[in-house]
Amino acid sequence: MTWLRHLFLPVAASVKAEDVDDLFMFIMWLNILFMILITGLIVLFVVRHRRKSRDQKTSHIEHNTILELSWSILPFIISMVVFFWGFNSYMQATVAPDGAMEIQVTAKKWIWTFGYPDGSVGVGKLWVPVNKPVRMIMHSEDVLHAFYVPAFRVKADVLPNRYTEVWFQATEVGDYVMPCAEYCGKGHSQMRAYVKVVSQKDYENFLEKGDPDEIGKPPEQLGATLYVNFGCSTCHSIDGTRGQGPSWKGIYGQQHKMTDGKVFTVDENYIRTSILQPQAMVVEGFQGIMPSYQGQVRERHLTALIAYIKSLKQ
Amino acid sequence: MANVITTPAANAAHAPHHADYLEDPDFKGVWAWMTTIDHKRLGVMYLWATLAAFLAGGVMALIVRLELMHPGEDFMTAERYNQAFTLHGAIMVFMFIIPAIPAALGNFFLPLMLGAKDVAFPRLNLASFWVYIVGAVMAVTSIVVGGVDTGWTFYTPYSTTTNGAVTMMTLSVFVLGFSSIFTGINFVATVHKLRAPGMGWFQMPLFVWAIYSTAIIQVLATPVLGITMVLLVMERAFNIGIFDAQIGGDPVLFQHFFWFYSHPAVYIMILPGMAIISEIIPTFCRRVIFGYRLIALSSVAIALIGFLVWGHHMFTSGQSALAAGIFSFLTFAVAIPSAIKVFNWLSTMYGASISLRTPMLYAISFLFLFGIGGLTGIFLGALSVDIHLHDTYFVVAHFHYVMMGGTVIAYLGGLHYWWPKMFGRMYNETVARVCCGLVFVGFNATFLPQFVMGSQGMPRRYYTYLDQFQPLHQFSTFGSWILGAGIAIAVVNLTVALRGPKNAPENPWGGTTLEWQTQSPPITHNFIGQPSIDHEPYDYRAFKIPADAVD
Repeated sequence: MTWLRHLFLPVAASVKAEDVDDLFMFIMWLNILFMILITGLIVLFVVRHRRKSRDQKTSHIEHNTILELSWSILPFIISMVVFFWGFNSYMQATVAPDGAMEIQVTAKKWIWTFGYPDGSVGVGKLWVPVNKPVRMIMHSEDVLHAFYVPAFRVKADVLPNRYTEVWFQATEVGDYVMPCAEYCGKGHSQMRAYVKVVSQKDYENFLEKGDPDEIGKPPEQLGATLYVNFGCSTCHSIDGTRGQGPSWKGIYGQQHKMTDGKVFTVDENYIRTSILQPQAMVVEGFQGIMPSYQGQVRERHLTALIAYIKSLKQ
Repeated sequence: MANVITTPAANAAHAPHHADYLEDPDFKGVWAWMTTIDHKRLGVMYLWATLAAFLAGGVMALIVRLELMHPGEDFMTAERYNQAFTLHGAIMVFMFIIPAIPAALGNFFLPLMLGAKDVAFPRLNLASFWVYIVGAVMAVTSIVVGGVDTGWTFYTPYSTTTNGAVTMMTLSVFVLGFSSIFTGINFVATVHKLRAPGMGWFQMPLFVWAIYSTAIIQVLATPVLGITMVLLVMERAFNIGIFDAQIGGDPVLFQHFFWFYSHPAVYIMILPGMAIISEIIPTFCRRVIFGYRLIALSSVAIALIGFLVWGHHMFTSGQSALAAGIFSFLTFAVAIPSAIKVFNWLSTMYGASISLRTPMLYAISFLFLFGIGGLTGIFLGALSVDIHLHDTYFVVAHFHYVMMGGTVIAYLGGLHYWWPKMFGRMYNETVARVCCGLVFVGFNATFLPQFVMGSQGMPRRYYTYLDQFQPLHQFSTFGSWILGAGIAIAVVNLTVALRGPKNAPENPWGGTTLEWQTQSPPITHNFIGQPSIDHEPYDYRAFKIPADAVD
């Protein structure tokens, strides 16, 4: 019956996922069993006791104590089994093992930023070594968000007034989607990061030299990658459609009127300032909702994004 | 009722036909309707008002589903989409499903079933209706003046910081709450004081028991919602720092306050559905209900334990592990009374004389759909599984199975059951049955795929989504069209019947409760003389099926 498991559950790639899935399937079978029972009884009674004449005599059974006790107590016992199983695996998933590696997670509309133990910072991609317990210490800079990795069966809300945490130990190398699971406004459905589970060696390599996907690429190509990874695509289109922010199509070289009435030409410095201090210049007709990327992007990221925007001329 | 001591009341009722409440010559014209204190007229006005809300909320639902046909923009922006699903939720919850059954069918039938002339406080009843209308107008205004994009849950700090007409909308919820409290107080007093002679607590129909339990929750829980909404408005207006973390508040506190009302409110929504099913099943089985006392008391148990499970909406919110454990345990405890009810209803069909007329078809749909809704709740009560499923489409599917597959299906069943009594007219049976089938098929097609999407990791309130979910989303959207068509035709079928002649007999289905012991539609004072009873409800042993019953 693995097909049923695969129908309902995504790939399982953490040490705790197996236990959660077993409980999920246990409840699934309970569901199926009870639905067969309910449907079977309905069909049986409707067929057997269908009205044949208008004055048909019916049995006058007011109640049956043994039957009623049995369907009070039996569901209670079953539900207690589920309760203890669920509580037990929840506790294990809540308390991180000693010595787990710590990663700082910052959520804001609508990007995820990750701070690693060596001080490096990444946006949109969470790099973790395989088979190592990792503990996320999370906070939000604006509204509620939620850290969710379906493949790891973990989720926790990210709050603006205190730290919440979650831990996991990935078991398979690969890329796993990490969607925001607590409604946070216009960009909610695109507030998506990826967990990159890699070998210990690749992880160290990442800390030392940065994202290998970014190395050895011409600036425009790197910019195109960052456009997605940094979440720029949530608000800025590249095909001219109007989003939460101005479209990048043909934007380079244009003149833009700001909310304070000043007019700027979109050039390298304008783009740089817009990324680092977005509130400094807000284009007329848009809201100043873009978060600052100060301290989260490196110089070569800026040059790459500028090059990419330039390349979108027509 | 079989052993109602009906002399002289019944004799008089069988005598010449009296003008019914719809065309009472003493109360003619629009003004008489607007200022009426007749519980039946108020029930009918509530019926049309809540059906209008249902139509608005339903159109929003279809719009939301249509936008989800493809990832990315189909025909509306993310901002509009967020407003659309917020309106769908807020309208359906606060303007339709909470008032619909108690205020429409409850108002109409509670006094009739008790053998009373009216509710205990008829003027309060009228006030409740107009307060509802004021609240509804405010909600509509908030849509017009800027829209609301917070989701129906108004979670802070999003709701304290976003633009739009959030203040107006929350105030409208505050006002609607009073309408609900008024109705609740009225029903509690009516049940305590206005039962017919001979009707003890355990001679009351089960509809009354469930509506009574609902009324208790409405009175006790709704003030908490009111206070929470006021705090939210104050936070927005004066920045006091209750919920907003920027100024020292705690956003999770809002969630506690909100769910302290809104979880009991889930039972405000489902208990009236159970109330209707407990009437339809014995009538169309023509036998005594199985386990009367257990069904009656389980309604009360649900009402009480329902106050202690709010934290199960917050397993991922950062509340303590101990609290999560306790809430999970109590969640399983509150599920037991519902399971008991389902088995008692099923057992009532044993040794019965089952007629598959439209109300019974809806009742059977209810047993199946509410069964799925209840059983999938086990997934969400189990802590570690809920962590994975929380805020995904699995939750969306689960509560639609309970609220729509449970309450709305029961409501449709109840409308078909009591329509002849309320308006004195029979509807087209064939069309009604086909619609029941369409609703059943459409509902499952819409929401079954959502279970799969949710457990696969599709979060809720998403405007766009990963390509892998597109087939299931499209299937769900196609299903919503069948569902929408089914409900629309069913309502049209009922409405068209109102243009026909008054052809409904006094007791078309052979029901035993008191509302079937007066003419259809009832006279303004419900009964001629005071009916009284000396037996349990649903007792068919000595009951004579009326000659003009439909089968």
